[in-house]
Amino acid sequence: MTTLDTETADPAAEPGAHRGGLRRRARRPGPDGARGRDRRPDHRTGRIPLGRRFRRDRTLLLMTVPALLLVLVFNYIPILGNVVAFQDYDPYVSTNGVTAMLESPWVGLAQFERVLSDPGFRHAVENTFVLFLLQLLLFFPIPIALALLVNSVLRPRVRAVVQAVLYLPHFFSWVLVVTVFQQILGGAGIIAQTLREHGHEGFDLMTDPEVFKFLVTAEGIWKDAGWGVIVFLAALAAVDQDLYEAAAMDGAGRWRRMWHVTLPALRPVIALLLVLRVGDALTVGFEQLLLQRDAVGPGAAEVLDTFVWWTGLRSQDFSYAAAAGLIKGVVGLVLVLSANKAAHLMGEQGVYRK
Amino acid sequence: MTQRTTARPEGRRPGPGRPRRAAGRWSAPARPVWEEPPGRAGLAAKGTLLVLACLAVLFPLWIVVVTSLSSKKTITETGGLVIVPRDLTFVAYQELLGGGQVTRAAIVSVLVTVTGTLFSMTVSVLCAYGLSRTGSLGHRFILLALMATMFFGAGLIPTYLLVQTLGLTDTYLALILPSAVSVFNILVLRGFFMGISPELVDSARIDGAGDLRILWRIVMPLSRAVIAVITLFYAVGYWSAWFNASIYLGDQNMMPLQNVLIQLVQKQEIPVGLGQAVKAGNLSGLAVQMAVMVLALLPVAVLSPFVQKHFRKGMLTGAVKG
Repeated sequence: MTTLDTETADPAAEPGAHRGGLRRRARRPGPDGARGRDRRPDHRTGRIPLGRRFRRDRTLLLMTVPALLLVLVFNYIPILGNVVAFQDYDPYVSTNGVTAMLESPWVGLAQFERVLSDPGFRHAVENTFVLFLLQLLLFFPIPIALALLVNSVLRPRVRAVVQAVLYLPHFFSWVLVVTVFQQILGGAGIIAQTLREHGHEGFDLMTDPEVFKFLVTAEGIWKDAGWGVIVFLAALAAVDQDLYEAAAMDGAGRWRRMWHVTLPALRPVIALLLVLRVGDALTVGFEQLLLQRDAVGPGAAEVLDTFVWWTGLRSQDFSYAAAAGLIKGVVGLVLVLSANKAAHLMGEQGVYRK
Repeated sequence: MTQRTTARPEGRRPGPGRPRRAAGRWSAPARPVWEEPPGRAGLAAKGTLLVLACLAVLFPLWIVVVTSLSSKKTITETGGLVIVPRDLTFVAYQELLGGGQVTRAAIVSVLVTVTGTLFSMTVSVLCAYGLSRTGSLGHRFILLALMATMFFGAGLIPTYLLVQTLGLTDTYLALILPSAVSVFNILVLRGFFMGISPELVDSARIDGAGDLRILWRIVMPLSRAVIAVITLFYAVGYWSAWFNASIYLGDQNMMPLQNVLIQLVQKQEIPVGLGQAVKAGNLSGLAVQMAVMVLALLPVAVLSPFVQKHFRKGMLTGAVKG
């Protein structure tokens, strides 16, 4: 889900410890004294000739080759494939995709102009934005509250059972989650069925465009709110218990301790997760929405990702869809980077370090 | 979860005046003296909330399981989904697993998941170990190259065109290769490997062990917890995936279980070959749908609690270390 820095949550593993103790102040020895990597000579001084470094590290380099190859082929090469966004790409002009790309006519920014003036695209942007805001407002606070709740359970067994139950839906596929919701809230679902039995009008929340966005958010909460608890629980476990004792000695009650000790301890994690969420704002659940797009219609369910899927793979307008996808990718990149910048400015750790 | 009790050791020690009782895992550790005991209302509110949260997860699953086990008669009587179990029967499962579309899809899903997970784990563990020694040649560059992919996705259309050009469409490789490497998982593994005491690794090297042997004999046995978590992540990813199959596979007979589930439940179809049994026999179409759902969620629901106590490691040791 997220790339978290250990420093915020787990003080035992210190990033940067390998930088060598020479240039930095001496480190507090760990409880087990296992701080051996501090004593390792710093390889980055570059005093070892390149040839020897290569001979020394060639097995390590070789080990990274399979993963690098896969990333190169399936992550980097497709970036080049985005050139079709500047073409009028026709897959049938040649026998395979690459030669078709070479032979298709170039149209400059025409596809982008088409995309940006398309009301369907604008509608998808709007839906994406509304869904993102809803998820931020309704989803985001729930894992924090749940974590505080679970953390207050002292019995280890009870705690383990509760955690196991809460984590479970995270591992279900979207197909399952959407189906479960359909069976409960849908027209043939358990609630409509019970209402009909008691002589009321049945209803079908699954196909109601009015409530669809709340429904999508609820599905997200059901699936992943429990999973989100882990990060906060780890942060809570890292809080120095003496702080609580000291606060209690000073007369702080249960709620004041939560306000003045617990919440400040959670602040870095909350900031980091907020940043991650904002950086990922354009992704609001592709598979989930695609599965429900037919039932509720594109008016309510079309977001950027499904727009690309529909125009590209369904209508076979590859260049057009690639242009829309590229817009999403570039805006997403800008969002991630500026979100990180914002985190740094707030004095928190971002996803990456400067 | 033991951090809690180790964090306040005084909680474990029975007080002088208190009768010593067996420290069962169900019993609560004693509160530290400074903490006021919770009020009755507070306890009740807390308990209610926890029970509600758990019920929100479990109740829908209960309905699915019970309905899948109900006979056609029960389902007709209740008019749909069944909450209270009555004369349970395994007829839906017998029909589904007796050969045919769903059986084939389940086998496909299991094979893709097992092969894919093994492949992904091999590639990821090797890469994570290869990057776990800071200062090794090219280590920073490779790390950056991997992490950059977390910020910018190439997009659906170019990826689709690439898979098509490579000739992977209509093969199971299209379900495995494009999603085989998760950079996040590699970073988690690497973070864990870096925490292993270097003395251990160095002494093995002095004894003449190569990097592969060190990885296999020392690093991996010490990292069982995180390896279990990442294996689960990959396996769940492969098991739950349906989108790639829907765009890369044309043949309905090749579809994995999730895609068959979409056809059955979303489009209210009856599995090929079972129509007769549903019309004539004791088999309800709804029970069949629910049984397919149970098949799709069972492996995950059974396996994930075993790895649960290690989740924290899998989520948090992925620190992005230079």
